[in-house]
Amino acid sequence: MSGDLINLLADLKDREVLELVKQRLDAGEDPLEILGDSRKGIEIVGKRFAADEYFLPELVFSGELLKQVTEMVKPHLKKAVETKKLGKVVIGTVAGDIHDIGLNIVDFMLDVNGFEVTNLGVDVPKEKFVEAMQETKAPILGLSGFLTPAFDAMKETVAAVETVGMRDKIKIMIGGGQINEDIKKYAKADAYGKDAMEAVALAKEWTGVK
Amino acid sequence: MNAKKQWAEMTWEEKRTERFKRWLTAPNIKFVSQEAEKLYTERVTRFARAFHLEKTDRVPCILPVSNFAAYYGGSDLRTVMYDYDELKRTWRKFLHELGDSDTFFGPGMVPSGKMLEILDYKLYKWPGHGISGDTTFYQCVEGEYMKADEYDALVKDPSNFWLRTYLPRVFGALEPLRNIPPFTTIEEIAIMSFVSYGRPDVQAAFEALLKAGRESMKWISAVMEVSQEATRMGYPAIMGGLSKAPFDTLGDTLRGTKGIMMDMFQQPDKLHAAMERIASLTIDSSLSSIGDSGVPIIMMPLHKGADGFMSMRQYETFYWPTFQKVIMAFVNEGIMPILFAEGGYNTRLDIIKELPKGAVAWWFDQTDMARAKKVLGDKACIIGNVPTSLLMTGTAQEVKRYCQNLIEICAPGGGYILSGGANIDEGDPDNLRAMMEAVKEYGIY
Repeated sequence: MSGDLINLLADLKDREVLELVKQRLDAGEDPLEILGDSRKGIEIVGKRFAADEYFLPELVFSGELLKQVTEMVKPHLKKAVETKKLGKVVIGTVAGDIHDIGLNIVDFMLDVNGFEVTNLGVDVPKEKFVEAMQETKAPILGLSGFLTPAFDAMKETVAAVETVGMRDKIKIMIGGGQINEDIKKYAKADAYGKDAMEAVALAKEWTGVK
Repeated sequence: MNAKKQWAEMTWEEKRTERFKRWLTAPNIKFVSQEAEKLYTERVTRFARAFHLEKTDRVPCILPVSNFAAYYGGSDLRTVMYDYDELKRTWRKFLHELGDSDTFFGPGMVPSGKMLEILDYKLYKWPGHGISGDTTFYQCVEGEYMKADEYDALVKDPSNFWLRTYLPRVFGALEPLRNIPPFTTIEEIAIMSFVSYGRPDVQAAFEALLKAGRESMKWISAVMEVSQEATRMGYPAIMGGLSKAPFDTLGDTLRGTKGIMMDMFQQPDKLHAAMERIASLTIDSSLSSIGDSGVPIIMMPLHKGADGFMSMRQYETFYWPTFQKVIMAFVNEGIMPILFAEGGYNTRLDIIKELPKGAVAWWFDQTDMARAKKVLGDKACIIGNVPTSLLMTGTAQEVKRYCQNLIEICAPGGGYILSGGANIDEGDPDNLRAMMEAVKEYGIY
């Protein structure tokens, strides 16, 4: 039965998914199992995205579906969900830029792949990134930006991390609209990723997850 | 009457020729000198031939700038959005100091900050108004400005939906317009029809509209002054109007990205019906807006049909049909659409080549130009695509080398215009001059 939920979610069969979740809850199953299966289903969605079988609409739709499943399961949870997290990642859209479609997809994909994500939102000043890195002690920072003003904002954010002496302790990835390998060099980041699954691959590589 | 009938009977190519002839002869423009007029004629001819896949004296160049002049002139976007004298001063300084170029973008894309504030515009944030003061571009705020269950209302009566639902959501000052009845309720016995217009909040909304109108008049006169000066100096404008693909109109500022993507799964029929409705509205409004400009070109920035944003199947189902309809409506009126494909369009090349030869031009951002030339080269003019990253962080020499390579790939046989992948607001003006040097050195046919 668990295989069913994983595959139904991966295939985005929304009605069947919600029906099966209800059945399994009614049967008194461990809600954590249901959430675990759902997560596995979304991981398959991510893999299909990386393989160009799925695109942005499927990611968005699967995200909403997972949200609905989580809402259904929540009242049945007796204790807080303890998922094994692979590592912490701080992400945000840099100062002067308010775009967050890509940012939120990266958040979602890192989360379902087992990372503990701190999403600082949009138009984030460099000081706030530094503060969050110090507070969370996350080894990875992800900077998002859609427009050309992000070039300098990314560079300044990386420099701010360096100023407080954290640069060699963390890895920084960047991505978004006009961002590319040139800007990786310009901003002195460690990597550029073209989409959310590349962000997941980078985070896994940097935290030693196979 | 007779002339109008003739127009209706013309083929799109004949209409195109007529419109381009008017652009070339520029009957209402008083040039500053004979030299300026000669240069204007050369430049328009260069573009016209490139658009129509004919060889020309050399590859034309569109310098990829948006708010560049503001920063070049020592000011910033925040200032010129509010101070029209500064807007004129910076743009004129750039116009007079840049040197030779094939076209010039006037300040028409810099909105009046005062006007936006009068109406309390919620759809945009701009420097000092919702985003950090030093950012160089105004930005759209993602949101669901139309709810998932409002498709029927939009399709049934778009004007009513706009006036009483959409506008009150995106303009804070127009919120009270919810309280007026639809105009179609005003019928013969107009006894009660105007009572709601007496409400103080509704009156304030109309006051705001009047005030925004007065402010817009001041703004447009500043914009026109600079744009006309550029034309009189011999720099043709290449944007007569702006338009969008119906999927983007719905996805950008009505349903939002998440909303429209959910609708693709949950209510595809309603989405299709709304796009059809929006297509016809777009066609009408764009055609009427281009009427007076004399420039027979409509620019269409494209967003959510890019590589990765949807599958090919989804593109063919949701994006292309109404987009193609809008494009062909412009083409059939003799207008040249420039389709600005933001992001990558590598996977769409095979479908977009189906448009009639010479009907449109494609401006590419991150698309592989060698492949674009190969697939589209004998069907459409291609424009692009020096990366903004190189223009803003590279040297003039690097830019020139990059342009040389692009010209070698894209220029053979004609149908190519050198430009950026997207526009820049800041950077070394010599990097722009390097683009002009490149077309003059390497782009001669």
